[in-house]
Amino acid sequence: MLRFLLGRLAILIPTFLGVSLIAFSFIRMLPGDPVMLMSGERVMSEERHAAIMHDLGLDRPMPVQYLNYLTDVLSGDLGTSIVTKRPVLGEFLSLFPATLELSLCAIILAVVLGVPAGVFAAVKRGTWFDQSIMGVALVGYSMPIFWWGLLLIIFFSGYLQWTPVSGRISLMYFFPPVTGFMLIDSLLSGQPGAFRSAFSYLILPTIVLGTIPLAVIARQTRSAMLEVLGEDYVRTARSKGLSPLRVVGVHALRNALIPVITTIGLQVGVLLAGAILTETIFSWPGIGKWMVDAVFKRDYAVVQGGLLLIAGVIMLVNLAVDITYGFINPRIRH
Amino acid sequence: MALLEIQNLTVEFQTASGLFRAVDNVSLTCDRGEILSIVGESGSGKSVSMLALMGLLPWTAKITADRLAFDGKDLIGLSPRQRRNIIGKDMAMIFQEPMSSLNPCFTVGFQLGETLRIHMGMNRAQRRERSIELLKLVGIPAPEERLSNFPHQMSGGMSQRVMIAMALACNPKLLIADEPTTALDVTIQAQILDLLVRLQKENGMALVLITHDMGVVAETAHRVQVQYAGQKVEEQPVGQLFADPHHPYTAALLAALPERAVAGEKLPSIAGVVPGQHDRPTGCLFAPRCAFVQPDCHQGARRQGRELGEALCNYPLVKGVPLDHPAFAVKEGA
Repeated sequence: MLRFLLGRLAILIPTFLGVSLIAFSFIRMLPGDPVMLMSGERVMSEERHAAIMHDLGLDRPMPVQYLNYLTDVLSGDLGTSIVTKRPVLGEFLSLFPATLELSLCAIILAVVLGVPAGVFAAVKRGTWFDQSIMGVALVGYSMPIFWWGLLLIIFFSGYLQWTPVSGRISLMYFFPPVTGFMLIDSLLSGQPGAFRSAFSYLILPTIVLGTIPLAVIARQTRSAMLEVLGEDYVRTARSKGLSPLRVVGVHALRNALIPVITTIGLQVGVLLAGAILTETIFSWPGIGKWMVDAVFKRDYAVVQGGLLLIAGVIMLVNLAVDITYGFINPRIRH
Repeated sequence: MALLEIQNLTVEFQTASGLFRAVDNVSLTCDRGEILSIVGESGSGKSVSMLALMGLLPWTAKITADRLAFDGKDLIGLSPRQRRNIIGKDMAMIFQEPMSSLNPCFTVGFQLGETLRIHMGMNRAQRRERSIELLKLVGIPAPEERLSNFPHQMSGGMSQRVMIAMALACNPKLLIADEPTTALDVTIQAQILDLLVRLQKENGMALVLITHDMGVVAETAHRVQVQYAGQKVEEQPVGQLFADPHHPYTAALLAALPERAVAGEKLPSIAGVVPGQHDRPTGCLFAPRCAFVQPDCHQGARRQGRELGEALCNYPLVKGVPLDHPAFAVKEGA
């Protein structure tokens, strides 16, 4: 197990180098520079522009900038935001809980609805139930996030006025962040109605962000389940006189979950990518929106550092998935 | 009264190209403490009829029978729940592929204990004690350690012993063994057969042994039922069947035994294959492959009486000579 973990951790090093290089070069390929964007409408003299660029170290050759950046990262310094002048890591840590909360809710929604939907579709294969579930899943999978989000806002927030349009909680409530998770913080604050408010703000973004993973998980569960239901050991389980619920829910599902867990792990990448759009649509103050703003302002340090940290999160999740895999599949453990 | 009594069982499968009749009006009885062997080539419907009895066929199967009685109870009228109380407890089954018949995600102890908990309501300690006892019974060394093993850590023979232990968990009155030795090494085959016969004697249970191996039949069975293309073609006690087969198909099967071949001569075989869904002949199903076929055989085959092994044949063999056969009648007259 230790060997396995160390091997996995060793792969992280080249991956990190690759991600840092890509993040570093891509943001610099965009036209314009942060200083010009900071000056905005005001006219800035050539000398002043050059002086600020020099202060920021942006006038040096690219490879030198990259090496400097790498040295800083290795010593644990992800740099400071060119725009806000605050450390990238600090900003990331203060915003990440919002994204994590949204992503967790989305993946929980996707798993809680997707796995049973896939199981039922497989058990009732070929029926109208199966076909409608799979039809809906296909539509969900093909749904462009920004359009889907706008549709929901127009209908539920605009027309029905059931849910708020954007933000994390009503402006009526204010309390200092303890965990960074609004659902938990609102409960801890003890303010009446705060949790309800936080929850209502979370509903639409969760649905929008969870739609694609939900569709993917439902389809994957169905196909894995169909394969497993034809296995000899499922027949053995039935020959013992076990109830259909136990045959499907214990004997078949345990085996079908193996590929589904992989899918769930892969969806984390999709989630973080989707979070960028979802957070922008709903003005959700998380790292997705933070990154988009940083790209628009050419905030090099934030884009580089943010990408690196997001990549790190994805790699950690994949590592966790690999470890879970060992627990659920005894053939890997031994 | 017989323990198991099946009258006119018919199983049809809905396929893309119409109904396929896998079992055609098969009747069968098995007494307490008896070993009944069902013999036939692949596709003769021997497994399907027993799976139908156990209720293990997929929903595409259409099962009809005049009577499907076990231990004095007609299974046809029972609810699925009542039926599940019988299978795995009083009536158990083991299968052809022991390696894939055990669930790869659960330990031997879990899979054994599950039956004990559901049918016998045993607690953890009782289950463990009984599981160890069962593993000892089927000749598994160090049973305490085996309980925590996963199926992939065991050989095929060992897996089949575990399957047998699982089937015997609740002291069934009837054990159905579906080609239990086909997937195993020859040396292991003999061990498993000996084990089954020993357990059958010790527990006084009835054993239905499905096989295509006449050698296995000769060594173990008390009574033999021969099936061909979904029909029962003959039934006799084992000694009489080997001495004087009445159906030409049985005779051809016995003639094809290597032990009966004449040294230096070519091993006899039955030309052609079992008819499938699309080449099913009218009249006697064996007619296209029969050495004694007559024009009226294509109209239909008569069921003979008990004294002729209930052979489904117009010209049943008596001491190798077809009764009332025109070709042979002429010779006798001349």
